[in-house]
Amino acid sequence: MKKYLVTLMKRTLLLLLMVLVNLAAFAQQEVEMADGMRSNGKIYVVVAVCLTILIGLFVYMFTVDRRLRKIEKENIQ
Amino acid sequence: MQKSWWKILSFILLLYTIIGGFLMDVPRLPILNETIRNMYFHVCMWFGMMILFIVSFVYSIKYLNTTNYKYDLFAKNFAATGTLFGVLGYATGVIWVSVTWITDQSQSLGSVLKEPKLIGAAIAILIYGAYFVLRGSFTDMDKRARVSAVYNIFAFAMLFPSIWIIPRMVGSLHPGSPGSDTGNPALDKNDMDAGMRAVFYPAVIGWTLLGVWISTLKIRMSMIQDSSLMNEQKKNEL
Repeated sequence: MKKYLVTLMKRTLLLLLMVLVNLAAFAQQEVEMADGMRSNGKIYVVVAVCLTILIGLFVYMFTVDRRLRKIEKENIQ
Repeated sequence: MQKSWWKILSFILLLYTIIGGFLMDVPRLPILNETIRNMYFHVCMWFGMMILFIVSFVYSIKYLNTTNYKYDLFAKNFAATGTLFGVLGYATGVIWVSVTWITDQSQSLGSVLKEPKLIGAAIAILIYGAYFVLRGSFTDMDKRARVSAVYNIFAFAMLFPSIWIIPRMVGSLHPGSPGSDTGNPALDKNDMDAGMRAVFYPAVIGWTLLGVWISTLKIRMSMIQDSSLMNEQKKNEL
């Protein structure tokens, strides 16, 4: 009984492996990769670049603001 | 950081501007193509400049009414950020012009240089440039504040003929000029659909709030520098 189960598992694993290999081979046929950053003429790259600049700019603004507040507090005391 | 909700609002609106501005659908128009997305950046600079100059103008009037030195600082720094936005609007406009008017519309460089909207905007920015030269030329604080407040009102008044009225009278290459349906040389409302407006107006608010934030930082900096003013304030508070 146990032997039978093991062979059954081996066979299913083999089948799964073959399906996966087949899928990988199928995916290799299309040169154009459709993952996120490469879709729509790579517009998402532009969005990511602009968002990085914007977030960096605002982090800078917030730090300047906080430093200024600290100086203001020192000045009042 | 007190009262910082509008700073966070500005950040969120600008995040939305970039994500929505690049990824949402826009009308497919000849010549403009994808550059219509510049509406969210180039046009917002001019909207922001106009709003900051209005704020500066109001503070100049307030200074003349009260002679409170604080209002002079407000007027100066809002005008400075407004001028920065104007220069950025001009620079982005130059890039846009070189692609849409000169190459794709085959306008000659001569006709672009004669363009009344561009000349008007340059005059308006130069008038504000002279405002800072004028401020720098005084050593007496009260005189500087008074004369430059009056000049600021003149500069604000000159904005209207130079960027709004004259381009409307003589015709302009700028979108929305006479000959198109709207007769407004600032922007052609027919080019924008509802989807674009949903990004454009939040973008205007976001950029303007960023300009206000930069101005308030500069105002606070010059207030610290001006220690006499701080002492005066302390006396008033006590």
